[in-house]
Amino acid sequence: MLANFTPTASDILRFLPETILIAAGTLMMVLDPFLTASKPKFFGHLSIVAFLAAMFAAVAANGDPGFAYSNLLIVDGFATYFRILCITIGIFAVFSSYHYLDREKAETSEYHALILFAVSGQCLMAAANDLIMIFIGLEISSIASYVLAGYLRHDKRNNEAALKYFLLGSFATGFLLYGVALVYGITGSTKLNEIHKIMAAPGISLVMASVAAALMIIGLGFKVSGAPFQMWAPDVYQGAPAPVSAFLATAPKAAAFAIFLRIFMTAFQPIASSWEPILWMMALLSMTIGNFAALTQKNVKRMLGYSSIAHAGYLLVALTSRSEIGVTAAMFYLAAYALMNIGAFAVVIHMAGKGETNVQIDDMAGLAKKQPFTAAVLTVFVLSLIGVPLTGGFFGKFYIFRAALESNLVWLAVLGLLNSAVAAYYYLRLLVVMYMHEPSEATEALEPLTPGLRVALVLPAIGTFILGILPGFVLNFARDAASLGK
Amino acid sequence: MFKLWLIPLLPFLGFLINGILGKKLPKLAINAVAIGSVLASFLWVALVVGPSSDWGAHKLHAHYFTWIASGNFHVGWDFAVDKLTMIMLMIVTGIGSLIHIYATGYMDHEGGYYRFFAYLNLFMFFMLNLVLAANYLILFVGWEGVGLCSYLLIGFYFHKKSATTAGNKAFIVNRVGDFGFALAMFLIVISFGSLDFSKVFAKAPGAPVETLTAIALLMLVGAAGKSAQIPLYVWLPDAMEGPTPVSALIHAATMVTAGVYMCSRSAVIFLHAPIAMETVAMIGLATAVFAATIGITQNDIKKVFAYSTVSQLGYMFLGVGVGAFSAGIWHLMTHAFFKALLFLGAGSVIHACHGEQDMRQMGGLKKYAPWTCIVLACASLAIAGFPGTSGFFSKDAILTAAFEHAPWMFWVGVVTAGMTAFYVWRAFWMTFWGEYRGHGKPHESPMVMLAPLMVLAVLSLAGGFLFNVPEILKDMFPLKEEIPEEHMLMGISVAAGLIGIALSWYMYVVNQELPGKIANALGPIYRLVDDKYRVDEAYDAAIVEPLIEGSSAVLWKAVDAGTIDGAVNGVGSQARGIGQILKLIQSGNIRSYATWILAGSVVIIVLMGLAGGAH
Repeated sequence: MLANFTPTASDILRFLPETILIAAGTLMMVLDPFLTASKPKFFGHLSIVAFLAAMFAAVAANGDPGFAYSNLLIVDGFATYFRILCITIGIFAVFSSYHYLDREKAETSEYHALILFAVSGQCLMAAANDLIMIFIGLEISSIASYVLAGYLRHDKRNNEAALKYFLLGSFATGFLLYGVALVYGITGSTKLNEIHKIMAAPGISLVMASVAAALMIIGLGFKVSGAPFQMWAPDVYQGAPAPVSAFLATAPKAAAFAIFLRIFMTAFQPIASSWEPILWMMALLSMTIGNFAALTQKNVKRMLGYSSIAHAGYLLVALTSRSEIGVTAAMFYLAAYALMNIGAFAVVIHMAGKGETNVQIDDMAGLAKKQPFTAAVLTVFVLSLIGVPLTGGFFGKFYIFRAALESNLVWLAVLGLLNSAVAAYYYLRLLVVMYMHEPSEATEALEPLTPGLRVALVLPAIGTFILGILPGFVLNFARDAASLGK
Repeated sequence: MFKLWLIPLLPFLGFLINGILGKKLPKLAINAVAIGSVLASFLWVALVVGPSSDWGAHKLHAHYFTWIASGNFHVGWDFAVDKLTMIMLMIVTGIGSLIHIYATGYMDHEGGYYRFFAYLNLFMFFMLNLVLAANYLILFVGWEGVGLCSYLLIGFYFHKKSATTAGNKAFIVNRVGDFGFALAMFLIVISFGSLDFSKVFAKAPGAPVETLTAIALLMLVGAAGKSAQIPLYVWLPDAMEGPTPVSALIHAATMVTAGVYMCSRSAVIFLHAPIAMETVAMIGLATAVFAATIGITQNDIKKVFAYSTVSQLGYMFLGVGVGAFSAGIWHLMTHAFFKALLFLGAGSVIHACHGEQDMRQMGGLKKYAPWTCIVLACASLAIAGFPGTSGFFSKDAILTAAFEHAPWMFWVGVVTAGMTAFYVWRAFWMTFWGEYRGHGKPHESPMVMLAPLMVLAVLSLAGGFLFNVPEILKDMFPLKEEIPEEHMLMGISVAAGLIGIALSWYMYVVNQELPGKIANALGPIYRLVDDKYRVDEAYDAAIVEPLIEGSSAVLWKAVDAGTIDGAVNGVGSQARGIGQILKLIQSGNIRSYATWILAGSVVIIVLMGLAGGAH
């Protein structure tokens, strides 16, 4: 049968978003020699067109849900949700890069192509139903990310970030691959839905299955920067170019959580009692390390790096509660998380200046006096990061801790809420320096907001409010998708 | 219908207009927007919503949109008005309007004028949401919102470092309280499947006592944070760093009473959780005494009133804790009158003395600021519980209920009442009697500041018998039967107040050397109280320092040792060959990270293998 396999129309449609992104990325590399000099922003515009087309394709594919390519892929609400999320992040990444690349004189086609490739990998992860496909998607996304982290070749910080990311990332991927091999050895399959059935059947070796789950937790734990595999995140976010940090902190993380959720809520769901305690500890450790280490940071990018570890901890709480409400909460939170982090990083990009010289918290002093609009928008993101009502961050946390309590994870919820009380302290510092200090040299010399950054600030801010005030649409979509085909 | 949404929306529009356009508007327009929006919402409550709902006797309920619909769990943006809400609405919008008017005079010479009024209007918006809420989530929105505005307004004089610190302290201490409130909400959702007041209170009587006790105690954590009760009271005295109208509106009359309101609103839950009730009463009483003793030794006029606020809030919690919810709300109302007046009066005094807040630098002001002197005398009589004044009625109601609950609580309350009278009148004598000890020539405040004071003075004197809150709320909280000792109890508490006033007269007018002698005689005890029992220092040493030290020393070294600096660990500065990359790998950084990953992996694999084997 496989020998004369021809894809059906449904197969093609269900794989269309990835196809579009990869085609556009490749096209860019080909066009590069002819266009670079004449139209500097052309590649950015082309990326946005490609992203919009891919988003349209993702929505269209959702109208025809089901398996594709011999069950290698699955298009369901869950896949569509994460495809749209990652594509949206991609669009914001492009908008926030225009000015940055211009400032650093580093506009090239490969930058945009790499972002397109990374997002295509992430879309593939979201829609994968097969451990091999998951692995391929993960690697497409990761390799593009490693290169992006070191994009400005002459910047030492970039080099260091890329090298750390690459070496440690490969190390962790090894664990994931061992996990895949072990699962195949136990069950004879790499398809998630089939693994689920075999795992649920009696007679399975629980020890081996648990070890396989452990290996996967290690690999995925690294990708989502959950403790104790978090150390790379602050270094990489601090060292990478700011728009790349914004991208790395959001899109790969969302996709990694997508497969984390899908694998553990389908394939490993029958042996949940053996992985729940480990995730419990990882969640607590991530929240605590992230929040407490962030308290003493002076560099904004590094602080956001630790904050992202803490947020990974909250998301792991949702996963630990291993219920549909938990999955819904994690999905919702990832959207809120992506918006508020892109927005916060966009302000950092704006403030950083040529060569990223102004990325200390103190450099933000007096921003409210010089650019009240920028300060106001950052305030929205900070409030959302703290989890103040009427913002997406509040609802996300509300849902996560509610899910935890409904699954009787009382202590985890209590410790998590205490953690989020601590977190207010370091986010608040941003507000204090912005509103209550005299303008620093950096803010005095600040250029006005460019149109691209304006988009990357305003739309996420609006999104943050929508998720906080009218969460219904996103929430319902997530809830319908959270059953994961069961 | 009654367009309840107009009530919070009007101040919100004020916030938008002043916040966005304020920089370009003339002062007159800013005033008109700020005062107009709050006044309009007061008039809407007083002239439309009030009369047509028979002041809350016909319960109103409005559903605007569904906020969350997830399975069978629904939360809507719902407002409801009953008699309790009506009282709160009148207090918040009424006192709010007066304080807005006063503030236009008080803040006249301050920078950031429009910003101040924008924040103040935003505060009104959230506070009105809080009292109109028909479910806990909307209440929580208001709860967090008022906290945020309080933070912004405490730090308003941000060039003063102490103001910024105080703002942060308020925000963070309140986070601890909010943590309790959030947990209470989650427990309510899980136990009752809803956050709507009507549904929760209908189901509450049938729930297990342990659940209700847990919910009530967690709510108390939230209430203790917002209403400055032991052990979370520390932020309120510092919060007086904000402008005086803010102290009056937020940190005396409205926001800080939100905890009392929430407990009364949740009376059904508390009444079925006796242990929680007892805890509320004890905490309230302890806070009342504790803060009153500190109030005696303070010399900063605003600090005296700040500790007095903490102490009076303790009274309200005592009322709630002994089951006299309506007495607690009554005291909430009368306190809003006289404490707003005390703060605004203090503002007028500070204004008169050119910004001086130390009472040792005042004195003799009755000659220079006669109107301020008269209105402050009214407020001081009311808080001392002088017969016929508003404070007399509400305090008496609380103390009588306390006596029925446990006579010793009554006696402690009476002693506190005596102390209250003493320190408030001490402040009065020190400010208005004797000779002026400060610099420059003091002057009376302008009419725009005095007029609201006079209205509040009338309310402080007559508010008690004009608005008999227990009578109004008797459908919600049944009236207690009169007890035979009633008149005797009343006599005792009045006597305590009068003794306090007389003693302060003797010590600060007749025999002025006496206070110094007493302070010397008491020595270390006096200094301990003067230092506010060193609670702040103890909190710093026990909680704050270890947190900061712990995160900078332990975590920083163990977890955050790596940095990106490009020079030390990074790729070498000149050549970028393969050798340099190898050097980086050998520099320890990446290797140590990899070791971490490996160690973590081994632990996880072993643990999970064991867990799998155990099943």
